[in-house]
Amino acid sequence: MIEAVNLTKQYGALTVLDQISETISEGERIVIIGPSGSGKSTFLRCLNCMEDPTSGSIFFEGVDLTDMKVDINLHRQHMGMVFQQFNLFNNKTVLENITLAPLHVGLKKAKGRAARIQLKREVEARAHELLQRIGLDEWADKYPSTLSGGQKQRVAIVRALAMNPKVILFDEPTSALDPEMVGEVLDLIKQLANEGMTMVIVTHEMGFAREVASRVLFMDGGKIMEQGTPEDIFDNPQCPRLKEFLSKVI
Amino acid sequence: MGNFDRKIETFLRVFIDQGGYREVLIGLKNTLSIAIIGLVIGIVIGTAIAAVRVMPKYKILPRILNNICSFYVAMFRGTPMVVQLLVFYYVLLPLMGANLPSVTVAICVFGLNSGAYISEIMRGGIQSVDIGQMEAGRAVGLGFWTTMLKIVIPQAVKNILPTMGNEFITLIKETSVVSFVGAMDLYVAFNNIGSNSYEFMIPYLVMAVIYIVLVFLIAMGVRWMERSLKKSDRSR
Ligand SMILES: Nc1ncnc2c1ncn2[C@@H]1O[C@H](COP(=O)(O)OP(=O)(O)OP(=O)(O)O)[C@@H](O)[C@H]1O
Ligand SMILES: [Mg+2]
Repeated sequence: MIEAVNLTKQYGALTVLDQISETISEGERIVIIGPSGSGKSTFLRCLNCMEDPTSGSIFFEGVDLTDMKVDINLHRQHMGMVFQQFNLFNNKTVLENITLAPLHVGLKKAKGRAARIQLKREVEARAHELLQRIGLDEWADKYPSTLSGGQKQRVAIVRALAMNPKVILFDEPTSALDPEMVGEVLDLIKQLANEGMTMVIVTHEMGFAREVASRVLFMDGGKIMEQGTPEDIFDNPQCPRLKEFLSKVI
Repeated sequence: MGNFDRKIETFLRVFIDQGGYREVLIGLKNTLSIAIIGLVIGIVIGTAIAAVRVMPKYKILPRILNNICSFYVAMFRGTPMVVQLLVFYYVLLPLMGANLPSVTVAICVFGLNSGAYISEIMRGGIQSVDIGQMEAGRAVGLGFWTTMLKIVIPQAVKNILPTMGNEFITLIKETSVVSFVGAMDLYVAFNNIGSNSYEFMIPYLVMAVIYIVLVFLIAMGVRWMERSLKKSDRSR
């Protein structure tokens, strides 16, 4: 589904991603681990071209996203992204946060007033459904600033879901949360995993990684140093850098 | 004090009986329309320029636009408003063979001028909005301009509202330069009343009071807008 080919990212003289080639298939739950500064976020953000790779290509369903002629917005609609800092739209209500993009996309196509009203009704019904799923439908008309961190992140996740994405990219979804709120967010992600959602997750939660991952990538120094099933990586690590990393975090 | 009473009497005679208030009303209308329409034009131009200046600059077009905008801002911030007005009215328009009423020209010049200042204010406002807001918009597939308009600029506006209020007050005060191109404004109106009665104390006093009241009303309006915009920060 996503294929990175010789992906390289440099900031000035600093090479953050070094010729990474990797394929992510449908239904996979990739968890990326690695020390701070190893390029995990950069790799994730290159997958939907939030960062432009310095060289190399990203193919999403066969289309090269690094090609300037490609309409990147169109493809991003199918790639959800969840941020460490939630990044809910502060000037929009919880409901509007979820409906904004589906409405924007749909209204471009909808012909006529009746179709637009119909679309709005459908999109809002779906948003309420999603909010019910995470138990926050009562908060639909509130602004994000009134939510707790855990609630914000769950809304951010359903905001991504509202576009019916083919894959969701998570960048440390629980790192900015108070410990007592981590569980509710991880539970939601696990639910999505069980439903077969393809996802790529950068996390420091090793227990969660082991539980949810179908494949774990260990990154260090801008390269994927080792990869395998959670059992391979956590119980039988090969490369010394991974052993050292695991001894520190577990 | 008898002297003062007589001055007021003289002023009222010219102001009411001889119809001096009509010029004052025209002057007030001109002052307000130049400042208000100028501000609206300025907000549109300023916001567009600010957005161009914070655009990602990988491609060639944003870079060209950015240079044009920088030049524009430097031009209008680098010269006095009076000079801009004089140049437009007495140089550019005649060269183009156009003939517009002085108030219309003033509105345009005020719009262009405040556009330059507002673009800098707005740029600061946009940069004060967390970059994550733009990223989140782009990540759900909204384009740069859509995200700018729907997410970033509304939040930026909230941050810069007090500064914008000041810009509006500056514009109101600066409208007095339109007398240079022969348009009626508060100063000209009261000056005429003064000349007709050989009595300047009361006309200028009343003029000052009108300006103060205007500025006071604007300040109140800005505070009211700030309060209603703050609502999205709290629960409703
Ligand atoms: N915009 C940028 N400009 C310059 N350097 C950057 C930029 N973004 C990231 N870097 C550098 O790239 C390197 C990799 O950053 P990245 O955020 O991908 O690491 P990470 O693995 O996600 O780390 P962490 O676990 O701390 O989030 C770091 O050394 C960082 O300083
Ligand atoms: Mg990171």
